[in-house]
Amino acid sequence: MPHVANIAVSILFDGLAYAMFLFITSVGLSVTMGLMGFVNLAHGAFAMAGGYIVVSLTRTLGIDFIPSLVIASLVVGAVSVLFERGLYRRLYKATDLEQVLLTIGLAFMAIATFTYFYGPIPKSVPLPAWLEGDVNLGFRNFPTYRAFLIVLGTALIAVLWYAFERTNIGAKIRAAVDNRRMAESVGINVDRLFTLTFALGSGLAALGGGLAIQLLGLSPSFAVLYLVLFLIVVAVGGLGSLKGTLLAALVIGVFDTAGKYLLADAGGFFVYAVTVAVLLVKPAGFYGRE
Amino acid sequence: MTTANRGQTRERAATFILKRHRMRAAEALPWLVAIAAFFIVPDRMTFGSQVLIMVMFALSLDLILGYAGIVTLGHAAFFGIGAYTVGLAAARLQWTEPISGLFAAAIAAGIVGFLTGWLLLRYRGLTLLMLTLATAIMLQETGNLRSDISGGYDGLPGLTFKPLLGVFDYDLYGHTYYLYVLATLAVVFYFVRRIVYSPFGQALTGIRENVRRMHAIGSPVHRRLVTVYTIAAAIAGVAGALFTQTNAYVTLTVFDFDNSAKVMVMLILGGTGRLYGAFVGAAVYMILEDYFSKLSPTFWQFGIGLLLVLAVLFARRGVLGLFESFGEYLAERKKR
Repeated sequence: MPHVANIAVSILFDGLAYAMFLFITSVGLSVTMGLMGFVNLAHGAFAMAGGYIVVSLTRTLGIDFIPSLVIASLVVGAVSVLFERGLYRRLYKATDLEQVLLTIGLAFMAIATFTYFYGPIPKSVPLPAWLEGDVNLGFRNFPTYRAFLIVLGTALIAVLWYAFERTNIGAKIRAAVDNRRMAESVGINVDRLFTLTFALGSGLAALGGGLAIQLLGLSPSFAVLYLVLFLIVVAVGGLGSLKGTLLAALVIGVFDTAGKYLLADAGGFFVYAVTVAVLLVKPAGFYGRE
Repeated sequence: MTTANRGQTRERAATFILKRHRMRAAEALPWLVAIAAFFIVPDRMTFGSQVLIMVMFALSLDLILGYAGIVTLGHAAFFGIGAYTVGLAAARLQWTEPISGLFAAAIAAGIVGFLTGWLLLRYRGLTLLMLTLATAIMLQETGNLRSDISGGYDGLPGLTFKPLLGVFDYDLYGHTYYLYVLATLAVVFYFVRRIVYSPFGQALTGIRENVRRMHAIGSPVHRRLVTVYTIAAAIAGVAGALFTQTNAYVTLTVFDFDNSAKVMVMLILGGTGRLYGAFVGAAVYMILEDYFSKLSPTFWQFGIGLLLVLAVLFARRGVLGLFESFGEYLAERKKR
């Protein structure tokens, strides 16, 4: 295969895997922000917590990687309900600034706590044998783990799409995102709906955090470092839109990967340039409501 | 309304504003503390200069966040522009005169503030947060891309500056610098205070409280916001320039999100929209950080997070707000 095409395929493949991670981690943030307009800067901390739970489960308790991912998502999803009920609930009607401050405070506390218990050095996890090495797709080899990410991400997208578009609860969520007051007045319990989506979103973030260990490395600063990317995906995609989040994750994932392949020195410049360009033209993101 | 009537109303409004504008005795307090510090802890003046610089940085943020109500996550961009204007001028152009450097930094940061403000201030909420954040990071990445000029993340070390006013040279303990920063802060503060109590400042408060009504009464909202954003950017630029001059180095970390977040935390801890919140917040934050981060950086990070959560839940108006509430409580008790 010619060199240029080879690089293009690598960029697309890695970009796609990265986009899946971004989508899984950000989708919950997008829906909760769309529902309540709540700026949750602690979302990255939930992802980080998920990652560390996976580390502990696999390394200390010797549980396999895949079951550990599931357990981590469930635990973080359950714990996030406590935060939502105890803290977030008080600030739904507060200003953006107060929400930003509260959640960034929580993120700082989480980073400090995990640094205390796990240390600042990045962790790794033992992968099952079938996720190691390369997989041959006929015309060239690809890293198995990334292929796995793409398959898993696609499956999750299908499930979420079905839940969002075809089930009763999905219809209620869409109604509440579109017009909260109207949804409440026809008898939808938006508060309970929010708790549910918050738990689901945090659980998915934890899954993303677990998947990120092998893709990006996991250290306590993960909570803030990647938070910016999650927020960008949400802002570019449009609040509360599944379609938008997916499109934004793809665009950001591929652009970031391309930037790092082609112009390593420029680092994250591409991502931010794309973000600014999109938001200047469409301030509410691809599929956001103006 | 008759002419006489209107004249009367105007007069009343004028006396009201003058009364509010009048300096109160208590306002001398932070300056007395700053001067007292010079004599009480003369060996900590390098640290003292850093505190005053952060006060100035927080003051510039108070103008846009506290008065105009613009929530930004990228205020470090202007601090960084100022820091690099002076740094690059000294390292690449051998322009090492400090005071003209401050003006250059103010102009450079002001220009960037004007351009980005004009472009970005039509957006609100999350979009504005992301755009301001992206601006700061893009400046940082640009610096990294041209590390042949900016020195990249290694920065521009070992800068030297000409003696102040051509006379006062710098001593090891940073005494000259402390007084230099304090004098600059006093000038900047006087300027900011004038702005805040002017009709322009009133219009900003109006925009913060109710944008729609300001539009409705025909106030040029966007122009006012861009103006104050430019001024705040210039002041942040001066703070950044002082940072480079006092430390004799500058690295790309000045553009960090941490720097934007830090100054916001300081201002919130002190109290927004009250000028002196910047003084209290920056001083308290810097002194706590100095003490606790030596003890354990992890512990400090946890503490600052906890402080933020508690501030949002129980003391939304900051330390000064707490004092005010306490004062009101006492006055209330006296009445009974």
